[in-house]
Formats: sequence, structure tokens, C-alpha cells
Amino acid sequence: MSVPSSATVPAVEARTLRRVFRASRGSPEVVALVGIDLRIEHGEVFGLLGPNGAGKTTAIKIFNTLLFPTSGEARVAGFDVVREAQEVRRRIGLVSGGENSGYGILTVRECLWMFSQFYGIPGHEARPRIERLIEVVQLGPQAGTRINRLSTGQRQRMNFARGFVSDPEILFLDEPTLGMDVTAARILREFVLEWVRERAGRTVLLTTHYMAEADQMCDRLAIVDRGRVLACDTPAALRRSVEGGQHVELEVRERVPGAPPANEVLGVAVAWGAPHPERGTLTLKLRLPDGAVLGGLLRALEEGGWSVQGVSTRETSLEDAFIRIVGRGLEDAEAPS
Amino acid sequence: MRLLPRDLVLDLRAMNARAYVRIVGSFRQLDWVISDAVLPNLGMCAFVLLYRALGAPKSYEALAVIGGILTTYWINVLWGMGAQLYWEKQAGQLQLLFAAPCSRMAILSGMALGGFASTLLRSLVGVAIGIWVFHVRVETFSPWLFTAVFVLTMSSLYALGMTFASLFLLYGREAWHTCTALTEPVYFLSGLYFPIRTLGALGAVAAGLLPLTLGVDALRQVLLGPAAHGLLPVRTELLALLAFTVVLLFAARASMRWLESLAKREGRLTLRWQ
Repeated sequence: MSVPSSATVPAVEARTLRRVFRASRGSPEVVALVGIDLRIEHGEVFGLLGPNGAGKTTAIKIFNTLLFPTSGEARVAGFDVVREAQEVRRRIGLVSGGENSGYGILTVRECLWMFSQFYGIPGHEARPRIERLIEVVQLGPQAGTRINRLSTGQRQRMNFARGFVSDPEILFLDEPTLGMDVTAARILREFVLEWVRERAGRTVLLTTHYMAEADQMCDRLAIVDRGRVLACDTPAALRRSVEGGQHVELEVRERVPGAPPANEVLGVAVAWGAPHPERGTLTLKLRLPDGAVLGGLLRALEEGGWSVQGVSTRETSLEDAFIRIVGRGLEDAEAPS
Repeated sequence: MRLLPRDLVLDLRAMNARAYVRIVGSFRQLDWVISDAVLPNLGMCAFVLLYRALGAPKSYEALAVIGGILTTYWINVLWGMGAQLYWEKQAGQLQLLFAAPCSRMAILSGMALGGFASTLLRSLVGVAIGIWVFHVRVETFSPWLFTAVFVLTMSSLYALGMTFASLFLLYGREAWHTCTALTEPVYFLSGLYFPIRTLGALGAVAAGLLPLTLGVDALRQVLLGPAAHGLLPVRTELLALLAFTVVLLFAARASMRWLESLAKREGRLTLRWQ
């Protein structure tokens, strides 16, 4: 078998990758992946961003040789995930957020050692790596503690460390910080970035629900929904893809009782947000087009019977890009399964 | 310089690591003394006392003790081997094992070796009860023949467990019920507490289907001689156990490959919610 050169082949590649599920005979088909194309280069931190049911985990499972594609082709490190699964497995690592790994009877150190052995890592290599990972995930005091005595957060951090014990060429992180506390998640995100920079060619494919995580970590992102890749670019380019203008959030109070809520002010569409009964105010959100003057907008509102209590502006975020591309926010609705 | 092929080294490491879990578990969860050593031997004790009350020959007590000792292995094969991949799946860990580069047979072999080692300890409780509580006596026997019978009985039993483990990938949800359904009928058909010959033709059929039946019968013949009321000559049973081992190991490998492929097609390797 010829070993593909990492200089010429992408780390991960999908060509018209399609996966269809059928719960039982006679039940309707669920198309998890419609026929996606992806190309992830060596050394990239690549993100798959999408709501539940978008097909992210299905794609990860196919790349990890845990699921056959219905049609199309998937290659990891140049090897076909169906025909050359063994070669793929030698080069990959997988961490799924919220997973359970290891046996409760083992200590943290033993569990990490066990998984290193499933990847054939010699003891003299495995031991220092395990100690370093234990330090990174801040489980030093618990290294000799049985897994079934760890808290949920500690167990999550151990699972995270497990993904690195084999020092894989390509690491798949499926919602790795799901449910983690803020500090732990930040430490682990920084570690992943450091790990990628440490040696040329290491690649990470990350799926996440967290926009900030995707924005901070990923060199490129694919926005997926209902089994389709809707956009694929750098986070900055995705943000730029949203029309220009400034995002404005106003807190307003009814000055004239019974003032009609405006759906449009000076030709700008207004989205009315949550009321704040404790202050007797309402939030409204709008995007000010290039060239529009905020002062004119405020005057128009005042004339419409509303008194403006507060104004805040911000630049276009990845979430704005996501909403424009997908048509709804990440938390708004889940794709039908 | 590499002395062994890379894949073999990988599989040996994986096997060792998986066996380690079982062995270390034996020493850390001491409740097995009650659940795996004392409770299963109560059945054996009941039969010994029954034979004693009926005035049956002393060899019948030994028959029951040998059967009781082998019961611990059957329980381990069924629950510790057969249902193991089901538990791994329920714990969400199966996908991690299947995404690792080591072979599935290495994982299964590690489970078998570790399971055997930990059960050996448990079965010694039965031996101790037989010797010190019931004063069971055995004939002078050939240690080589005893070793051959014991090793082949264990290898065929654990090979059966490896085959069951892969089948549970197909019938995962029913693993619990399948284990329960197999427990008592196999106790009966293996003649664990009585000479299998008393089952007549049915016993012969059972012997042809269950390595446990042959193993129990062969061990009794080695340890008790003619008093064991053996079903078939020991040599024949040894050959049959060897055949069982080879066939079941191939069956385990083939079924694991086929069922892994089926599970990947149907998306059964991981839990639905994941």
C-alpha cells in the first residue's frame, strides 16, 4: 500500500459525501448528509458549525471509520475511510464532549495508559506524555483516583486528555467543551491551539455549538445545516460576507402611551426584542446600513412616541454571519431529525 | 531493530491493557467475594448436601464440586465476555474501541485473558470449599492430562464468549435477556451437578453443542476416574474441545468482521443520542 504524501494530499477530504439513516424497515429515510464536499489541509484547525441535526457528528463518525457513507467518498490523511480504515485509525484521535471513556475501576493515569496501549504507544513514550496531559487538564491531584470517584467536570477533562495520548496526526473534536466550566474550556482551547502549533502538520477538525469557540480557534469554518455545507471560509471572511453596517441595540421606553411598535424606522428593519418589565423598557435590534446616521434614527423614534434610554453598537459577529447564511440562530431551532 | 511485526506488537499491547482492567478490577472490587465466589457456590453446596442426605456415593459430591467450580467460568463467559460489548456500547465507549487501530480480536482476547485470570481466583474458592468443607477426594491423576483438559476447556469456553460478544452487536438491546435465557438451560444441559450420562441421548446432543459439557465431563474423568460416569473417552473429548476452540475462534473473528460492517452500515456502533 502506498503511503500518501502529506504535502500533496489534504488531511481530510469529502467528495459528495452522503449518509442516509433508516430507523427501521418501512420508516422514512433521514438524510443526515446530502452530499457534502470538504477539503481540510494539514496544519489547519477547521470547524464545522451548525445546529443539532445538521450532520456534523455523522460526518465525524464517517471520518473516524465508525460509520459507512451511503455514497460518495471520504479520505483521511489520504486513505479511504472504508477501504483503508486501519491506516486511517493509526493517524486519528477522537474526543466527543460528554462521552464516557475508561472503566470506573481504573485510575486516571491507568485509563490514559490503557488507551495509549490501544494505539500501541511504547510505555517509555506513553508515560511522560500522560503526565504532561494530566498536568494540562489539571488533574494532577486526581491522577491516582479511580474514575468512578471523579466529578463530571474532572471526567470530561480526562476524556479530553485521552484524545491526545496517541499524539494523532489528525484530531477530531466533537463538541469537546460541551458542559465544561468556563475556565476549563478556556485552558483546553488554548492547549489545542498550542498542540497544533507545536508540530507542523497536526490537524484538528472541531465541531461546536459555541460561536466564540469557533471564532477563536478555527482557521476556517464550514457552516452546515440539514446535511449541507452552506458556506466555507475563514471566520473573518464569513463575517465580511454579511452586508456592511453597524449593529445597533437600543433600549426604549414608551413616551406616548399606546405608541405603535415600529417595524421599520427610516427604511431600516427593526427587530423587537425582550421587554424589561422591571425598567419598563424594550430592546430593539437593527442593523444600520452604511451611510445611515444614528442620530436621524433616534429622532425618528422619538417622534414615533418612543424615548431612547440606551444605545449600544457592535461590529458584525460570526453569529450574524451564521444567521444570514442559515436563516436562523444556532439556538433558535434545531434541524428536523 | 524491530523483532516483531508492528501490528502484532500493537495487538499484544492492547490485549495486555484490556486484560489489566479485569485483573486489577478483581482486587479493587472485593464485593466479588460475595457475588462471584460465595453465591454461585451455594448451588454446589446444596447438591453436595443433597447427595449426602440421599446416601449417594462420595464421588457424586465430587461431581457436584467440579461442576460448581466450572460454573464460575460459565458465568464469566456469559456476563463478562458475551455481554461486554453491550455494556461498552451503553457506556458510550464502544466507538472509542472501534476507532482505535488495534484489532477487535486483541480487545476480545484481552477481555478473555483478564476474565480467565480473575475467575481463576474466584474458582479457587470453590476448590477450597470442596477440599476443606466437604472433604472431596480425587484419584491420582496425570497433571499433563489435567492441564490439557483444563486449558482446552477454558480456551473453547472463552472462544465461545468471544463469539457471543460479537453477536451482541447484532442483538445489543436483548443482551441482558439472552444471558439470562442461556444461564439455567446451559447449567442443566452441561450436567454441572450430575453425571451428564444420565441425560441419555439428549446429553450426547448437548455435548455436541456445548464445550462446557465436554469440559466438565473430561475434567471429572481425569480427576475421578470411572466414578465420573463419563460420557465419551477423554481423548475424544479433548479432540472435540480442540475443534471447538479452533472453530469458535474463527467464528468469533468472522462474525466480528461481518457484524462490525453491518453495524457501520446501520449506524449501530454508537448510541442513538450521540
